[in-house]
Amino acid sequence: MSDPILATPFPRRAGAALKDDFLQQALTIATTKFIDLRKEAFATLPEGDALRDRARAIKEATLQRLDYYLEQLADNVQRLGGHVHWAATAGEAREIVLRLCRERSVKMAVKSKSMATEEIHLNEALEHAGVTPIETDLGEYIIQLAHERPSHIIAPAIHKTKGQVADLFSRELKGQFAADPEVLTAVARRELRQKFLQADMGITGANFAVADTGTLVLVTNEGNGRMVTSLPRIHVAVMGMEKVIPSMTDLMVFLAILARSATGQKLSSYTTLVRGPRRPGELEGPEELHLILMDNGRVRQIAGTLREALYCLRCGACLNVCPVYRQIGGHAYGYTYPGPIGILLTAMLEGDRSVKDLAHASSLCGACKDVCPVRIDIPRMLIELREHLDRGRIAPWHERALFGAARRLMESPTLFHASARVGRWLQRPFVSGGRVRRLPGFGGWTTTRDLPPVAPRTFTERWKDLAR
Amino acid sequence: MTAVKASIMITCLGDLLFPEVGVAMVTVLRRLGVTVDFPPGQTCCGMPLFNSGFHEDAARVAARTVRVFEQAEHVVVPSGSCAWMVKTEYPGLLKHDGALRAAAERLAGRTRELSQFLVEVLGVTRVESDFKGRVTYHDSCHLLRGLGESRAPRTLLRGVPGVELRELPGADQCCGFGGSFSVRLPEVSTAILDKKLASVEATDADCLVACDGGCLMQIGGGLSRRGSRVRALHLAQILAGGTQP
Repeated sequence: MSDPILATPFPRRAGAALKDDFLQQALTIATTKFIDLRKEAFATLPEGDALRDRARAIKEATLQRLDYYLEQLADNVQRLGGHVHWAATAGEAREIVLRLCRERSVKMAVKSKSMATEEIHLNEALEHAGVTPIETDLGEYIIQLAHERPSHIIAPAIHKTKGQVADLFSRELKGQFAADPEVLTAVARRELRQKFLQADMGITGANFAVADTGTLVLVTNEGNGRMVTSLPRIHVAVMGMEKVIPSMTDLMVFLAILARSATGQKLSSYTTLVRGPRRPGELEGPEELHLILMDNGRVRQIAGTLREALYCLRCGACLNVCPVYRQIGGHAYGYTYPGPIGILLTAMLEGDRSVKDLAHASSLCGACKDVCPVRIDIPRMLIELREHLDRGRIAPWHERALFGAARRLMESPTLFHASARVGRWLQRPFVSGGRVRRLPGFGGWTTTRDLPPVAPRTFTERWKDLAR
Repeated sequence: MTAVKASIMITCLGDLLFPEVGVAMVTVLRRLGVTVDFPPGQTCCGMPLFNSGFHEDAARVAARTVRVFEQAEHVVVPSGSCAWMVKTEYPGLLKHDGALRAAAERLAGRTRELSQFLVEVLGVTRVESDFKGRVTYHDSCHLLRGLGESRAPRTLLRGVPGVELRELPGADQCCGFGGSFSVRLPEVSTAILDKKLASVEATDADCLVACDGGCLMQIGGGLSRRGSRVRALHLAQILAGGTQP
């Protein structure tokens, strides 16, 4: 599904984000806070590094036998009275939800925050089918009111300041609300309370699904997830297949590092474990539980170059530390998943061609790899992605020609030093005060930065005097 | 004890744009009694090719670099990123040729970034230098996260009596260079740089020190465009002394 934002080339989308003062302010405040909170959380967890290694090992081992664990999960969910659906594509996943809505006369669905449903653009599909989706996570609620998309994996409205949210609520909810988070939260809570009671269906994602117990796990902070999974008569969970983990013991490992990485909490405020629908004699819970296990480009990557991206817990830590994300925010990336991991996930879901520009939206600084709870080597994978683009001739021909020429210079000291002499001659009109302030063809650099000129004598030339 | 022999890997930026860094490095190494040589035929480590995904091209450049340094006892590099390239990427790039791969692994084991060479190999923490001034240090990404080094450069800076080291807020954050990133997305690169420059200026230091030609080109280029009085210098220049602010 193509987004109108993609009609603008990525560098221009990024440029526009840089000029958005509100966005810049919001991003700096929020990402700095997340970085500090995460740092503090791990500083008080001496076993943090060992847990991260363990978590990575669990993900690696689970993917080796993904079919086994998925079948075990499906069997257990069914044994508990739930229904399991297999979706090969985003379209199939959407169609399963829509069919359930049709067959069960669903008019309204409340949703807990879920990137998987964002990935399949479920809200648009529901609206199109006459079902009203209501996002109940505060951040998601804000962006739904604003008719926007999430710009961060865990903080969907990170791009908005509280003043902007107050204006939005005042306009959309017909009132005069102060730019005070407590006031605004109370407004949302009041609006949403009714929806929970009216809705026929609750839709969630799943942070994990435990194979040997059939447990779906939701990690949230607002309690809305618990209402979505217990109040409406039908609960539908949409989950990427890679989210399955073998056992509850494994779950403990992930829970110890997920919230710490995401928000710096030891645990999120709510960890909701769902085992099947309401059983005979129980007073609470949905009558029906449906689990949709979605592939959508994932499984073929088990043996692919993007394999490690399947370990991702969606904590968002790599976004917070990424110098590029911190400057341009999530929307400029143009796809469901932003930030460094988002580039890899976009390649996985939408194909290599879609990340032709995005693959280069990284300085390869490695901060993402450093904070990733499962140590995904994002910089290395971005380099491999670039390699694919070059090999597949998706990278523009002039770029391939330019780097080919660079390689010839690097292979020949004679050419290398001849080019230095040519450069020294060509730069002459542009050097002043020992600096190159403007250089035709290098405008990308010299518009904002000076360049050091090619030295009057290179080190190779000076070595003749130094050698002894 | 026989003198340690070290070969200089000057790097492309060091050779063409910052020869004074190489000269300072030679001065420092000789002051410490190291026998320095400069194997001829050096160009670039090939990292720009590698990072942009041109791995066959990068492998050809890596192969010739491995041959250039075949005889070297130690290889010293004034750049964290080039040292990282040689140490962590060369063996993989040359994996299809057993002999070359073995030579690449030998080279990887003998190659050190300058500050690491001084502290780890020579065991030096104090270098005699007459440099005087307030200094702040920027961790280059590849030295910090690629090679896991944050202490050696700071130790050496503290060891210079005339240096007052002021910690740079957000020292571990990227300067926005990123090789071709700096020209593919110049506006984003500059926005990242602006944050770095603001932190540098907030320290009220006389100079910003880094151990990577790329960062020095980026931060130095930004400082000079702003007309800042802060100068961007390589660690070797502080340790060599003679360049008073």
